[in-house]
Amino acid sequence: MICQECNQRPATLHFTKIVNGEKTEIHLCEQCAHEKGEMFMFPHQGAFSINNLIAGLLNMDASLKEQKAPSFHSEHVLQCERCKMTYAQFVKVGRFGCANCYETFAHYLPPVFRRLHGGHVAHEGKIPKRVGGTLYIRKQIGQLKHVLQDLIVKEQFEKAAEVRDQIRELETKLKAEGGASHE
Amino acid sequence: MSKQLFFQRALSPWMSEEGPDSDIVLSSRIRLARNMKQYSFPTVFTNEEAIAIIELFERLFSQKSYGHIGPFFLLKMNELQSIEKRVLVEKHLISPHLAEDCTFGACLLSEQEEASIMINEEDHVRIQCLFAGFQLKEALKMASALDDWIEQHVDYAYDEKYGYLTSCPTNVGTGLRASVMMHLPGLVLTQQMNQIIPAINQLGLVVRGTYGEGSEALGNIFQISNQITLGKSEEDIVEDLTGVVRQLIEQERMAREALVKTSNIQLEDRVYRSYGVLTNSRIIGSKEAAQCLSDVRLGIDLGYITNVPKTILTELMILTQPGFLQKYAGGAMRPQERDVRRASLIRERLCQLS
Repeated sequence: MICQECNQRPATLHFTKIVNGEKTEIHLCEQCAHEKGEMFMFPHQGAFSINNLIAGLLNMDASLKEQKAPSFHSEHVLQCERCKMTYAQFVKVGRFGCANCYETFAHYLPPVFRRLHGGHVAHEGKIPKRVGGTLYIRKQIGQLKHVLQDLIVKEQFEKAAEVRDQIRELETKLKAEGGASHE
Repeated sequence: MSKQLFFQRALSPWMSEEGPDSDIVLSSRIRLARNMKQYSFPTVFTNEEAIAIIELFERLFSQKSYGHIGPFFLLKMNELQSIEKRVLVEKHLISPHLAEDCTFGACLLSEQEEASIMINEEDHVRIQCLFAGFQLKEALKMASALDDWIEQHVDYAYDEKYGYLTSCPTNVGTGLRASVMMHLPGLVLTQQMNQIIPAINQLGLVVRGTYGEGSEALGNIFQISNQITLGKSEEDIVEDLTGVVRQLIEQERMAREALVKTSNIQLEDRVYRSYGVLTNSRIIGSKEAAQCLSDVRLGIDLGYITNVPKTILTELMILTQPGFLQKYAGGAMRPQERDVRRASLIRERLCQLS
């Protein structure tokens, strides 16, 4: 097989790229592969194709394709005021520019997340102790309330009383911390 | 400890331990992606921001030890030679992206190399913990403890609804990628992999070859990891992956048993032929080497070969990658030279043992 880049030397390196089920084969000689850069020499994760895939997902929302703005405000471009990333740029690179972008583009995110994460749109995992603030306590209370309901249904009242006390304790803690954080 | 050791030893110290199910699961890895609230993400941040982040982590980890993990060593990408970076990639300590594209990237490595923290890769912080054998839960515990420690000093970008905010929407939520590296020669030989891969994909998990291009797996080594990071807790993600891996271990054991039962002599022949190639060849490409190493490792697991340690596959798989070969040779080499060098390296290593 001849190298498809220079059409002279025999191809010694063969790459198969599969993007969206579409298979592309590339056959190169050592020299051309080297000129094409290190990218080919490494077993890469293919950041390239992943990027394009996400961009494809973000673009699926037809209403965004033309960047239609409200008619009375025709100059309006959706842009993150912190890092200056526009929605069009976000769609193109498939990466957020900063934490604030999540708020700026909030309206468009749920459908994208749903597609990427098997229908999920909300975090169910770890809560950082410091930054999460009272969220950790609030989630704990929520969980305990479920436990309490369960115990009442099962008529295990002694255990239920214990859980009720735990909830009360957490609620007092929540009040104290909530007060502190508003100072 | 000298930082040079990170580039010299092929086998990270943690690898020489024998983990649970290590005849099939070579290693377990947990990665957590985190960002800081006050800085733009690495795709758009300024050089000043990037430098400030590295300095922050340099200060944070300047103390002698962190818990039971011990000291961390900071390696800045712009201070490393390209072969050195490549060696770190081949050991899976850093990503190709950090090595190639992140001018202001850095990594913090623990002495045993079981923990590595990439700074300014796609996200500000990527915590990675590696364990020998099948120990996802232990790896998660260590990564989470490191995460807690960092969180005491750093304001993470965290949202009540979306969880940990990441640069790429595919990581948002837990920022967790759990993966295991598995050696599955039995399933490949009995041609079951082609059916298994699509089935696993349907469960929201991804299977890919660790060393080969695309879906082709070099040396029958596959990496299986979660795809979904949002809407499931860390424990559930690990639990789901664990369930599938357990199934695969069982299937692989059954396949190996069936192979021994139905074609014992053919299998033994295959193992010893590969052993012969490895101990005698003068020129060997990476593909052939990987296949032979896989056969020999299977031979060790099945008890045909007794004088070679189990870790040989992992060690030689890494040692015979282009970066390591060139590091050993002391400079860049052409592919033909590499094949010669690879053959002599494998011969030397195996003959030392017998």
